[in-house]
This record gives sequence, C-alpha cells and structure tokens, in this order.
Amino acid sequence: MGMAEAILLTVATAATPLLLAAIGELVVERSGVLNLGVEGMMLMGAVVAFGVALATGSAWIGVAAGALAGLAFSLLFGVLALTLVTNQVATGLALTLLGIGLSGMIGVAFVGQPGVKLEAIAIPGLTELPFVGRLLFGQDPMFYISILLTAGVMWFLFRTRAGLTLRSVGDSHSSAHALGIKVIAIRYAAVMFGGACAGLAGAQLSLVYTTQWIENMTAGRGWIALALVVFASWRPWRVLAGAYLFGAITIAQLHIQATNLTDLAGLPGPLFWLAGAVKSVPSQFLSALPYLATVVVLVLISRNRRLTMMNTPASLGRPFVPDR
Amino acid sequence: MRLELVKRPQQSALFSALSPFLAFALMVVAGGLIFLVLGKDPLEGLYAYFVGPLTEVWSLHELAIKAAPLILIAVGLSVCFLSSNWNIGAEGQFTIGAIAGSAIPLYFPDLQNGAVLPMMLVCGAVGGAAWAAIPAVLKARFNTNEILTSLMLVYVAQLILDWLVRGPWRDPAAMSFPQAPAFHSWAIVPELMPMSGRANWGIVFAVVAAIAVWFMLSRTLKGFEVKVIGQSPRAGRFGGFSTARTIVFAFLVSGALAGLAGITEVSGAIGRLQPQISPGYGFAAIIVAFLGRLNPLGIVAAGFVLALSYLGGEAAQIEIGVTDKTVRAFQGMLLFFVLACDTLIHYRVRLVRAAPAPAPAAAATPATETAHGHG
Repeated sequence: MGMAEAILLTVATAATPLLLAAIGELVVERSGVLNLGVEGMMLMGAVVAFGVALATGSAWIGVAAGALAGLAFSLLFGVLALTLVTNQVATGLALTLLGIGLSGMIGVAFVGQPGVKLEAIAIPGLTELPFVGRLLFGQDPMFYISILLTAGVMWFLFRTRAGLTLRSVGDSHSSAHALGIKVIAIRYAAVMFGGACAGLAGAQLSLVYTTQWIENMTAGRGWIALALVVFASWRPWRVLAGAYLFGAITIAQLHIQATNLTDLAGLPGPLFWLAGAVKSVPSQFLSALPYLATVVVLVLISRNRRLTMMNTPASLGRPFVPDR
Repeated sequence: MRLELVKRPQQSALFSALSPFLAFALMVVAGGLIFLVLGKDPLEGLYAYFVGPLTEVWSLHELAIKAAPLILIAVGLSVCFLSSNWNIGAEGQFTIGAIAGSAIPLYFPDLQNGAVLPMMLVCGAVGGAAWAAIPAVLKARFNTNEILTSLMLVYVAQLILDWLVRGPWRDPAAMSFPQAPAFHSWAIVPELMPMSGRANWGIVFAVVAAIAVWFMLSRTLKGFEVKVIGQSPRAGRFGGFSTARTIVFAFLVSGALAGLAGITEVSGAIGRLQPQISPGYGFAAIIVAFLGRLNPLGIVAAGFVLALSYLGGEAAQIEIGVTDKTVRAFQGMLLFFVLACDTLIHYRVRLVRAAPAPAPAAAATPATETAHGHG
C-alpha cells in the first residue's frame, strides 16, 4: 500500500465522524431547530456502542446501540426545546454537559479495556485493485454509511415532498402551521434523526477510529460538526467537502507530529529546511490547527452578511408554540 | 394524553422565585435514582453528596474556594446571556487569565513586594478579556457565530497552557512533573482565616463582583442597554444603543471576570501553573448562571450549590465508592431541570386527555411566536 493511499484512508477515517454528525445536524437545522448537543449525543453514542459491542462481541450490534443511544438522548432535547419551548441554545448546551457527565460515568468501567473493532469490508477481486481498491472497496462500513446518508439526505431534502415540507417548517414555522403541517412532529423527527446520526458518529469513534473508550474522546468534534453545517451553508454536498477538509487538516497535523526529521533526510535542501521549520513548531500548536481552522472558516463564511441571511433557515432557533 | 402550553399574560412571580428550588429538588430525586441504579443506598449517597460537606468547618472553606471561580465566571456570563451573547468559552478565558497573571511572578521572580499580587490580578483580568475579545470582535465585525468561536478557543487556550508548562515555563526542579515553579509568598492570594481552613480572598472578589454587576445591570443605563439589546436588538438600535458595542462590552466584562477567576484559582487554591487547572469551572458556571436566573445575587447562591456538587462528588467517591464522574452528570441534569422549570414562568402547562380533532378553523389562525430569550 502506497503512502498516498494510506494517508487518504486515514483522512476518510477522520472525516467520517464529522460527516455523520454534521449531516444529521444539517437536517435538524433545516427544520428550524438548533441542537447544540451534538457533542453530548456523540459521546453517549460512543460509550454505549463501545459497551454493547464489548458485551455482545459484535461491533454491528454496538453500532446499532450507539445510534439508538444518540436517538434516545436527543429525545431529551426534544421534550424540552420542542414541547416545553425552552431556549434552544441553553438546552443544547445542557445536553452536551449531561452527555459529557453521563458518558464519563457509564464509561468508568470501560477505561483501558480493549474494544471490538468494526472490520473493514473486503470484496474479493475489487479490494486488491491497485490504489483505488482499498479506497473504494476496502474501507470500514461506517465510511459507506456516511456517504450513503449524505446522498440520501440530499435526495430527501431537495427531491421529495417530505423534504420540502421539512424545509418549509424550518423557513417559516407559522406559515407551515397555517397550511396544516404538523410543525412539532416534523421537528421531533428531525431531532431524532440528528441524534441517531450523532450516535453513529460516536460509534465510529469508539469502534473504528480508536477502538477504545477514552473520557471525552470526541474532543470537540461535535462542535466542529456544528461549525461545518454553517460552513456548508446548510447544503449536504458542502458538508461532505468540509468534513474531508477538516479530516485532512487533522491527519496532516498528526503526520507532521509523528514524522521524524531523520526520515526525511533524502528530501531536497529547501524542502528539508521547510520540514525542519514545521517540525520546530511545538506539537500543541499543531494540535490547535483544527480548532483554529474552524474559527477562520467561520469568519470567512459569515463575512458576507447578506449571503448568510439568505442561506440560514429563517426560523432557526426560534421557539414555536402552536396557537390552538 | 399530551402536554399543552398556555402562555401566561405575564411572567409568574411565584415560579420565578420557585423554579430554581424546584429544579434542585428534581435533581436530588434523579440523583437518588442514579445511586439506586449504581447499587448504592440513595439516602446515604445523597447525604454524602449534599449534606456531609456542610457539616465540617474545613469543608466549608473548600466550599468557598470552589464557589469563588464559579460565581466570578457566572456573574460575567449573566451579562453576556442577558444581552443574547452566547459566550460558552469561559473555560478558555479562565485559562488565559491564569497564564497572563502567572507571567508576572515567572518573569520577574525578584519582584517580591505588595505590588505583585495586584499586578497579577489585573493581568489575569486583562488576559481573560483579551481572549474574550476575539469572539466578540469576530461577531461584531464579521457576524461570526460566537458560540462556536468562543468554544473553539477553549481548546486552543488549553493547548497553549499545556505547551507553556511542558516547555518554556516548566520548572526544571520538578523532575518529571510538567508544571511551572511554585509561586513565592507575595504572589499568593492570602487566606481569609488561616486558623480554620484554606478559604482565600477569591470568594470576597466574587461577592464584590456580583454586587457590582448587579448594580450595573439594575441601576445604570449601561445595564438597561445590555438588557434591551438582549431582548430586542431592533428596539435597542432605535433607542440609540449600538449592538456591536454591547457585544464587545458583554464579552469584555465576562472575559475579565473569568480571567480574574483563573488567576485567583492558580495563585490561591493551586499555587502554581500546571496542565490541569480547572475541573470544568467555565462550563459549570453556565449552569450557575441559569440556576441563579441570570441575576448576580441569585448567582452567588447558585455558585455555592454547584460548589457543593463538586465537594459532594469527592466525598461520595471516598465514602460510598461511586465514581466522581457522577458530578458532571448531576450538574448536567440540574441545568435540564432548571430550563424545564423556567417554562412554568412563561407558560401554564395543561395536560390534555384526548387530542382534539384539528378543527379547520383552528388551523387557519396564525400561530404565536414567542420571543422570550432566556428560557
């Protein structure tokens, strides 16, 4: 396996959890709901997936359990933010704080335990193809799920009547309500979908990315996923692009941290000097790159106030109480 | 059967006062259930958590030590939240405050007199404010979402601290421990009553800050501006208030207080810079702010409640052997219950037995949009 191929594979593994979580949140926000609890739902998905996979020995059951855990956890948000019309920002934060706490509590027993790995698929004849074989036909199932989900969401939102209804709820809940659309029910469905996706993202982290449980192992990925949705102006294919951009940044900085200068002795002079300069940057600053990149990307995308206003679902984050 | 919300003509004064207590009671019940699930005696667990720490003098001192940063940060956050600025990066501002304040004794070790500590505190506040200014200016100037930027900067701040204590500021004498040298005695926040416990002046700073911000919010034009911009930016602009100025003001106040909390914590409770300087105070303070109903005086009381949960977690770990990870779960639940109970302030909740068939006429009436901003 070539170096470039190996790097692309790791980029996909780093991008997949971001893509899964962000594509779910995109649907939630398209329905006009801002759920800041992605980080918490991911952690619950990660810890439950890890525990269930460990107990049953089956990574697939773990994946399903992770998705269910994320979904169940998102219902907590739904009851508060949709039924009791609490402030969505505060409720999402509460979900994240509770998720960090609960997952830490549940996960105490799992710390240091070797987990169950969700194995990459292998198709005889195709996976062995040079270069593209592993990339297209030899990755872990979560990669394919994330791509299919993105395509599915794209199709659902822009090619189906139900998707149009969901977007109308997000753009003007009052008009949608006046047309007889069940605003709250649709938002519940969207929130639950987002929860399941975040749960899947968490399961990917604890069953594919690291195959162990570490407290707070999402390390801000839920928040980066939220930023991706803004970055993508609420468009699925741009979420895909953004997730891979961030996956690439994450992997690039990890590779820089892991590479020894002596391994690069064969490089031509200026390149070697450049590598030396990059290596002299403290590792903490390289680790900060994904977070700094998020800030920069958010600034670039929101600078154009009119464009942002046009793209943002108009009812995003606004509470809705049907007038009976 | 389903819940139906009926908007109250005006806020319920009863539930305004009652909701934090109701939320706390619900958390105690839920906490008892968690102990049951963990196979512990719920009463014993709750006693260890919420009563035990109050029965001894030394632990009352510890309570004050933990309440101080929570109150300082939450008081600042109340200014942000009241003006609809969602600063959730207080943990980062706390960290940068601790770093900026510690720079004084680390770079001027020979400066040993009464001026050191005040300089440290000022530097801490300035450092925190500067860190908070980043999301503020980005929001005011480029319309960037402050929730995400302020949170991202938490990770960056923690990495900067990590780099400092493992790199340039590392104590060469501390063998394998990554930590900065201990502060000299002039650089330490003095204890209030050294005879009975460790409580230091931090809690005094916290109470003074709470009173000052309460005065600012309730008795001055600036406070009025903060609240008007928070509830209706359009109305505020007609009144001649600048949204951008309010954003920067709210972030600077809250960053400065978080930074002050940071330097007070490392110079008072810890005594040196180290990789871990906060058990999540910046995030727990969000809960404190809401539990105190965004009122600085209420926040003082709420700060002690959350401080108690930290102490209780430690006590419960020692006494009944539950993991101290329960602390954050309890705190998260508390915020949920606070938000749920706050609904009762604005709405009457009715239980409707059978869902009425949607009348065509009812569907045509316009829906009400509620714009209550803060839960």
